[in-house]
Amino acid sequence: MAREKIEKKERMKIPRQPMPAQEPMDRIKNFNEVALGFTEELALAEADRCLECKKPKCVDGCPVGIDIPGFIVAIQQADFEGALAIIKKDNTLPAICGRVCPQEDQCEIVCVTGKKAEPVAIGRLERYVADWEMAQEGEVKMPELPPASGFKVAVVGSGPAGLACAADLALRGHKVTIYEALHKPGGVLVYGIPEFRLPKKIVQEEIGNLEKLGVEIRCNFVIGKTASVEELFSEYGFDAVFLGTGAGLPYFMGIPGENYIGVLSANEFLTRVNLMKAFAFPDFDTPVRLGDNVAVVGSGNVAMDCLRTAKRLGAKNVICLYRRTRDESPARLEELEHAEEEDIDFRWLASPVEIYGNEEGLVTGARVQVMELGEPDDSGRRRPVPIEGDQYDIELDQLIMGIGQGPNPLVTKSTKGLELNRWGNIVVDEETMMTSIDGVFAGGDIVTGAATVILAMGAGKKASEGIDAYLRGTAEASKTA
Amino acid sequence: MGMIVSIEEIAPAFKRYVVESPEVARKHEAGQFVIVLMGEHAERIPLTIADTDPEAGTITLVVQEVGKSTMEMGTMKAGDPIQVVGPLGKATHIENFGTCVCIGGGAGIAPMLPIARALKDAGNKVVSILGGRNEELIILRPEMIEASHEMIYTTDDGSFGKKGVVTDALKEYIEEHGKPDLVIAIGPAIMMKFVALMTKDYEIPTVVSLNTIMIDGTGMCGGCRVAVGGDSKFVCVDGPEFDAHEVDFDLMMKRQRIYLEEEEIARKRFLEQHACRATDGVEVS
Ligand SMILES: Cc1cc2nc3c(=O)[nH]c(=O)nc-3n(C[C@H](O)[C@H](O)[C@H](O)COP(=O)(O)OP(=O)(O)OC[C@H]3O[C@@H](n4cnc5c(N)ncnc54)[C@H](O)[C@@H]3O)c2cc1C
Ligand code: FES
Repeated sequence: MAREKIEKKERMKIPRQPMPAQEPMDRIKNFNEVALGFTEELALAEADRCLECKKPKCVDGCPVGIDIPGFIVAIQQADFEGALAIIKKDNTLPAICGRVCPQEDQCEIVCVTGKKAEPVAIGRLERYVADWEMAQEGEVKMPELPPASGFKVAVVGSGPAGLACAADLALRGHKVTIYEALHKPGGVLVYGIPEFRLPKKIVQEEIGNLEKLGVEIRCNFVIGKTASVEELFSEYGFDAVFLGTGAGLPYFMGIPGENYIGVLSANEFLTRVNLMKAFAFPDFDTPVRLGDNVAVVGSGNVAMDCLRTAKRLGAKNVICLYRRTRDESPARLEELEHAEEEDIDFRWLASPVEIYGNEEGLVTGARVQVMELGEPDDSGRRRPVPIEGDQYDIELDQLIMGIGQGPNPLVTKSTKGLELNRWGNIVVDEETMMTSIDGVFAGGDIVTGAATVILAMGAGKKASEGIDAYLRGTAEASKTA
Repeated sequence: MGMIVSIEEIAPAFKRYVVESPEVARKHEAGQFVIVLMGEHAERIPLTIADTDPEAGTITLVVQEVGKSTMEMGTMKAGDPIQVVGPLGKATHIENFGTCVCIGGGAGIAPMLPIARALKDAGNKVVSILGGRNEELIILRPEMIEASHEMIYTTDDGSFGKKGVVTDALKEYIEEHGKPDLVIAIGPAIMMKFVALMTKDYEIPTVVSLNTIMIDGTGMCGGCRVAVGGDSKFVCVDGPEFDAHEVDFDLMMKRQRIYLEEEEIARKRFLEQHACRATDGVEVS
């Protein structure tokens, strides 16, 4: 069905289409997805807002360079299949990225429509076409696989980096096995990001598609423990290894009282609830502590997820403690707005300095230091400095640390000859993504430090090119030698 | 995915499981543990490896039925699938120390077995002190005898060996034979705490293996953290073994009790459901 083109002048007049969402007071009682997705009508109207710029800025803004005007024009013509094909050339996981990418800092911030009006809702459109595909009857069309190359590649970690790398390698004819430490594949997508933001069904579907490409997934297999990287070559017969082990090591603040019961890392809290389904205790065996007064330290996506999860578990007062202001908050704007609608008590310029507990070791409260913004630091953001003498106490049953994660040293420390930077991240050649060890590649959070799904996915995809070239070049040469 | 090869009751509420898990069997070293998962609804439970048979590709776990998960595990049968991940944690540091006293209390005897064996193989004189409430609860005796040069038993009720607790036996041993070169203690936190207090006075290097609450077992959540020498350590990756004189046992004991209430809810619910199921099949005459 061909739709009529709208005059450019008219396009600017169409308002940005609102995202249908669950009502705040309803959604805090359930774990269902908050943003419900565009209807076809909304998607078409939103797509019509695109100006089809000759030099589209949005494509440069996208970390993986998706042909954004290309897919939006396809939507304008109601050719959703075509739109999806364009996206999938650069993005293996559109249903996921459409939901979790920080579009307002990437493609949408540079959108030309956005100069005069609100930017085109690129992320929502991306999500629309990906969801459209999943809603179609019958099997998802799988691409043709080339003849088997005869090479075997081990992918360590099944987060977005590992999934993207595995998919691309399979499409290039290589035999891929993913090794995952946890009992379910998906990395942060499964253990970290909650159901109400990213339904696990979607992740499962993507993983199912990967298995259809012939990728084998071995869960409960910890590289560095169950087998070392060296053994993947020597004993398991792999020709190359990709490390996508993420940034799984939780940071604590190092303030007094951190070992009181009820002080926990965001990782522990989210893993209990998302991966282990503690919200359904005792139907599921893993419990999670519930309290009336919960504070979360930090204001990134991780912190937002903890705040909103605590609310859904029934906490009455949920406080966000962040040492900078809303403007510096690294969370996706949509998550921040959703959290605000959900009655989260945001305390900007506030940081705990001591945690209080009782005889039984239970946390009872915290001393909060009030901050102000000083001179910009290395990151360009203004540095928070404590205002002397300005402190107050809050009452708490639970304190969750959402201040960031570092690289998990399990693989990096157990692999001899692997070059790391001073933060413990793996150093790679930026062209090929190869590490200091021949045939070992890496990408995602383990290389960049905690970043984003799209960057991890892009890194996995890029590494697959490096691996492919390596296998066909070096390895081929050594075979004939 | 692993599989249960056999289950055998070795003492009241103690079962020995042989589990097929070739990769773990091949890599296991004394002191390491696995995380076991029984199904979609289950929690991840850390269990120390008591024995391995790399040829057969199996590991042996000795489990005391204390809560819902371990009781549920007890209802499984040979041939049932079970997820196993590991071997996790650091291996015991083994060298020829001289004389080593291996103290195992209750369920702590099982993880002690491979350690005692490794110490003996490394040329140490191994003196094992095993304690339990009564004779039946001093498990794995034949295996421990084989792994040791000398055995001392203590029971709370005096039904077997010396009446008293393991620290009494340790004190007696030290007074008779002088200080050993190393003490390793595995058992209830309170036992390890008192062993540590005693050996600190005697200035005997002492190692304990801690059993905290865990989720992932790979250093990802921090739920297993303990204070050692004033620093926060993750038991699953930095341990499970630590210098006994540096561990804050009181804090650890508090942290072990975090989910006591929930554990009780789950245990009761399991017992109720299980009682129902047991009577389902009973014919009423
Ligand atoms: C709560 C939370 C919310 C987030 N929200 C957003 C968001 O809204 N938008 C966004 O863009 N980004 C978000 N992020 C960041 C994003 O999820 C990460 O940047 C991304 O997942 C990194 O991908 P990865 O593949 O590098 O690693 P991960 O997703 O961390 O996956 C690594 C995997 O490797 C496994 N692994 C680790 N070590 C081993 C080993 N030794 N052997 C075998 N397997 C191993 C881990 O178990 C894990 O499954 C969020 C992160 C968190 C924690
Ligand atoms: S169990 Fe999660 S870090 Fe140790």
